[in-house]
Amino acid sequence: MSLTKRIIACLDVNAGRVVKGVQFVDIIDAGDPAELARRHAEAGTDEIVLLDITATHEGRGTLVDAVKRTAEQLFIPFTVGGGIRTVEDAAAIFDAGADKVSINSAAIARPELIEEIGRRFGAQAVVIAIDARRAHGATQPVIDAEVFVNGGRKPAGRKALEWAKEAESRGAGEILLTSMDADGTRTGFDCELTARVSDAVQIPVIASGGAGTADHFADVLLEGKADAALAASIFHFGIANVRELKEAIARRGVPVRLPC
Amino acid sequence: MIAVIDYKAGNLTSVMKAVRAVGAEAVATSDPDVVMRADKLVLPGVGHFSATTFLEERGLRPAIEERVGAGIPFLGICVGLQWLFAGSTEAPHTAGLNAFAGRCERFAEGIKVPHVGWNSIQVSESRLLQGISSGAFVFFTHSYRAPIVNGTVAVTEYGLPFTAAVERDNIMGVQFHPEKSGAVGLQILENFVRLP
Repeated sequence: MSLTKRIIACLDVNAGRVVKGVQFVDIIDAGDPAELARRHAEAGTDEIVLLDITATHEGRGTLVDAVKRTAEQLFIPFTVGGGIRTVEDAAAIFDAGADKVSINSAAIARPELIEEIGRRFGAQAVVIAIDARRAHGATQPVIDAEVFVNGGRKPAGRKALEWAKEAESRGAGEILLTSMDADGTRTGFDCELTARVSDAVQIPVIASGGAGTADHFADVLLEGKADAALAASIFHFGIANVRELKEAIARRGVPVRLPC
Repeated sequence: MIAVIDYKAGNLTSVMKAVRAVGAEAVATSDPDVVMRADKLVLPGVGHFSATTFLEERGLRPAIEERVGAGIPFLGICVGLQWLFAGSTEAPHTAGLNAFAGRCERFAEGIKVPHVGWNSIQVSESRLLQGISSGAFVFFTHSYRAPIVNGTVAVTEYGLPFTAAVERDNIMGVQFHPEKSGAVGLQILENFVRLP
């Protein structure tokens, strides 16, 4: 018996539709988040994250209706992020059936939001998403990695390690760490950065950005000391069958939920 | 009718959805009169142990005690399981139901807290866990753990072994979230709703 490492599928949603292609060949509607989430759950994914990728910079609210439909037939943990700025925004997402909310820019702008949501819904319901980039040119590029907000467009003027510690002290339940250097490259997660953040906090860290192969997942769950690893496009394009992925990382010695 | 007790700790949506998905009629309520009319009770909850003081304030505790005493099935989930014990170090002045001896304590230093994710359970004879094999995975998210007692029917390990499920006659509790544990969790909820 031991706690397993989680493999998390991220659905990037724009105007209520999943973007970035198709992941199941026989799917009826590739853009429907409810159907994709259900299929991911059946395939053995441990958790689903739905991210409204355009919410912050266009000032749009998260699509409560898409959340509601997705949650309806989903019986695994379900996190929703994008455009959540207030306790009321979060309450609407929880009412729609999400288990956790992921907060990024709004927590940087007003860190008290972490406490406010945590008090009402519990610390386990608050995920702090950190988009970080190594401080290229600095003497300690990993330790000094910087936080970006607004979908990675704007430097927040904060260091990732410090912000992760502050988020924890304010009562965040988990950290979702995305390496902007690795994101989209499919050349592997930023293990060094992930390990630094994981060592700096007592709460679980979800690694994101850079997944391309099963070995990349194993690397970040072992050397990167991540508690979970998240990917989007690797599932969307049919590269990774979740069960095969889990079997491969189990062979590297990572405890995973199998059979799933 | 199953009454899912709303004591304003976290949200009930997931539990309501899952109970309905296994074919039961469920109402969310903070009303002791509804509790008195229910034929099964579910006490869900994520969050702080002190949230259970709501049960005292609203007169829910005596209603629950009376119905449980009359023998109707009761299922506590997460904090709902912890409430079945004498109390928790999370809120030393808040009394639990004391149906099971001992207090819940925070996980020891040196491991990540909360315990979040899928962990496997070792199962013994139980009506609630009928058909669930040892080694099955269920989803946990909590920072405090219940001691292993006489009524423990499932154990899991994180740092040290602790109670994942208890059962004594009609009183049952699970530390994990059956509503978030996929097919295994739905099977457990179905076992509960089908109890006579």
